[in-house]
Amino acid sequence: MAALTTPSAAAPPTPRRRSGQARRREAGAGWLFTAPALALVLLFIALPVLMALWVSITDWRGRGSPFEPGVPVVGLDNYRQLLAGGGLPTQDLGTALRNNLWYVLLVVPTQTVVALLLATAVNDRLLRGRGFFRTAFYFPSVTSSVAITVLFLFLFGASGAVNQVLGWLGVNGPNWFADPDGVLHLLFGVVGVDTAPALLAGHGLLGVSWWDWLAGPSVAMSALIIMAVFTTSGTFMLLFLAALQNIAGEVSEAATMDGANAWQRFVFVTVPMLRPTLFTVLTLGLVGTWQVFDQIYTLGNQGGPAKTTVTPAFLSYTTSFTNGQWGQGAAIAFILFAIIIVLTLVQRAVLRER
Amino acid sequence: MSRTRTRSLAVAASLASATLLLSACGGSGFDDAPAAGGTGSGSAGTGQLQVLIGSSGQAETAAVTEAVSAWSQESGTQATVTAASDLAQELSQGFAAQTPPDVFYVSADLFNSYAASGALEPYGDQLSNADDFYPVLKEAFTRDGQLYCAPKDFSTLALVINTDLWAQAGLTDADVPTTWDQLRTVAQRLTANGVTGLSTSAEYSRLGAFMAEAGGGLVTDGEATADSQQNVEALQYVQSLMADGSYAFAADLGAGWGGEAFGTGKAAMTIEGNWLVGAMASDYPDVQYRVVELPAGPAGKGTLTFTNCWGIAADSQNKEAAVALVEDLTSSDQQLAFARGFGVMPSLQSAAQPFSQEFPAQAAFLAGADYATAVPNAEGVSDVITDLNSQLEGLEGGDPQAVLQRTQTNLEAALQSSGS
Repeated sequence: MAALTTPSAAAPPTPRRRSGQARRREAGAGWLFTAPALALVLLFIALPVLMALWVSITDWRGRGSPFEPGVPVVGLDNYRQLLAGGGLPTQDLGTALRNNLWYVLLVVPTQTVVALLLATAVNDRLLRGRGFFRTAFYFPSVTSSVAITVLFLFLFGASGAVNQVLGWLGVNGPNWFADPDGVLHLLFGVVGVDTAPALLAGHGLLGVSWWDWLAGPSVAMSALIIMAVFTTSGTFMLLFLAALQNIAGEVSEAATMDGANAWQRFVFVTVPMLRPTLFTVLTLGLVGTWQVFDQIYTLGNQGGPAKTTVTPAFLSYTTSFTNGQWGQGAAIAFILFAIIIVLTLVQRAVLRER
Repeated sequence: MSRTRTRSLAVAASLASATLLLSACGGSGFDDAPAAGGTGSGSAGTGQLQVLIGSSGQAETAAVTEAVSAWSQESGTQATVTAASDLAQELSQGFAAQTPPDVFYVSADLFNSYAASGALEPYGDQLSNADDFYPVLKEAFTRDGQLYCAPKDFSTLALVINTDLWAQAGLTDADVPTTWDQLRTVAQRLTANGVTGLSTSAEYSRLGAFMAEAGGGLVTDGEATADSQQNVEALQYVQSLMADGSYAFAADLGAGWGGEAFGTGKAAMTIEGNWLVGAMASDYPDVQYRVVELPAGPAGKGTLTFTNCWGIAADSQNKEAAVALVEDLTSSDQQLAFARGFGVMPSLQSAAQPFSQEFPAQAAFLAGADYATAVPNAEGVSDVITDLNSQLEGLEGGDPQAVLQRTQTNLEAALQSSGS
């Protein structure tokens, strides 16, 4: 029903604004022409977000509408339980944030660098078969992430292709998707630090000890990180490629005349000119990686092994849909939202032109 | 451009956009109706029943569909069976929209959450066969003294032995283990040439059987008892088998679950439930095996039982017919037909006799019903068990005491909040 009333509610500004001046009329027409898009955004994005915000401060159990009078309002209890409760919900959120943080820290820089290098490579006028390479690199981006996840499940299976190749090199590959060991913990183990120092084990954040925060991505998560780099680098390559083609050849020629070599041209001329695109790519990467969900869902082991592939988005889903704790699930989504906003602002400040 | 022209243009544009939006909404609405059949929008007032099941495969879907359509013919009430691709999600949508399917599967671990939200109709007292269900199964679906829904069927865990590997290791019928010590011995004998003696998945719903055999359990009389000495003993026993090399988790053998490790010959024994029979027949038809009762631990025999029930929605428009359908589906004859169709055990005590006559190979599963304990399913406990499972994966080098201590803390919190 809301769909029927909203467009007419959004449209009326026109009659009210015909008070003479041409600018006002133009503004009215502007509103009018954006009205359909605006209505859609309000109806399908803003409204559901507000509804979810409401759910996050209730203890709605999933039956009937959350706006019915009987639904208990619990204020900030859901948030308190998640952030300061210290119980299982806090530990789960802490673990999910830990997993996702490592994922972001590794995926975003890697995919950005790889995308930039790929774009530079296929932008090279001397490269033969550029069209082929552009298509090939972009291909993983247009393939469904579910299909790619299933493919990676086979590639990284205990006796899958990756381990076979490692076997030729004499390396006994891990059982990728079943290995919960943190990569950093494994590295610490190499230098002889096997158990947590008391200082790190005794204290922590969100119910997860500092030692566990420092675990790094699990071997299973590492496979997902490789997959994310593989699939999204192509998308961002396209953005970089478009930006590279906007850079006039004269700039590079001028730099050459000034005596810059190829590396200097790339680092001091090309990359600074790509700054706006870099910002876009980093922001999109940041937002996308913090919301990783479908790969985890398709993996089908409920965020295992040992919860090391649970992400906040997946946790929000299971909390809501399988546990019926809709309020808590919505609260997790808003905590994730806050994290993304804060990190994007930080990144904006860092990348600002000085 | 004159003012009037702008205005008429504006009006035309707004009309056009409104029409577009309207038609878009209407269009999607019409498109959705048939597709959403599974999530049950059809029950409103038509007297038709929507049945939503979380099917294990083609065999189960076919068996349930056949049973329901036979009932439809007899009773004159139309009913449609849909197999959900994600049952929990589709039910959630139905509950929120207040158009849930009328009859649906409810797993034991979700039961309390659904019942607490008021989405389930407590119809247990309307069933004529209510007293015939195994008490341990009824208990799983009882809340505040009310039986909410009828146990659909059940499974128990038993020890499954690869008879070829058994004979190769020089073992005979006399060696079938009945104690933990004997299990240790045969597991060691069977471990050779890349075969591990015993393998299960790393989760409470397998290792919990050892806890039961040691006299432990996660919840005793509503109290959290995860860190009991008995549970520690059980996990230490498993750990000692792992140290011998005669026990490995399925994932460590590169298998998804115990049945896969067993079927592919990586393990000579596994601990699984009735569903293994169907999986072996379809995936590993050449493997010869036998099923025996789990060996007794320090506190005697023990196993775990798993069950689902036929939930009826509180928002259903046709509850009377729904109860009649469930009564038919849980009747002894019908449950035996399901047993034939997809290898489950009837939840009725009176069906035990015909079942064991028809499926003598599964006698061990049925015998478990006498001493089986249910997986605790109070609200929030499934999260605790998930957390325990994540700890159990690292059991080999882990500290059972610490694992159980952590579970105890979580369990106490969960039981306290579900009780309040």
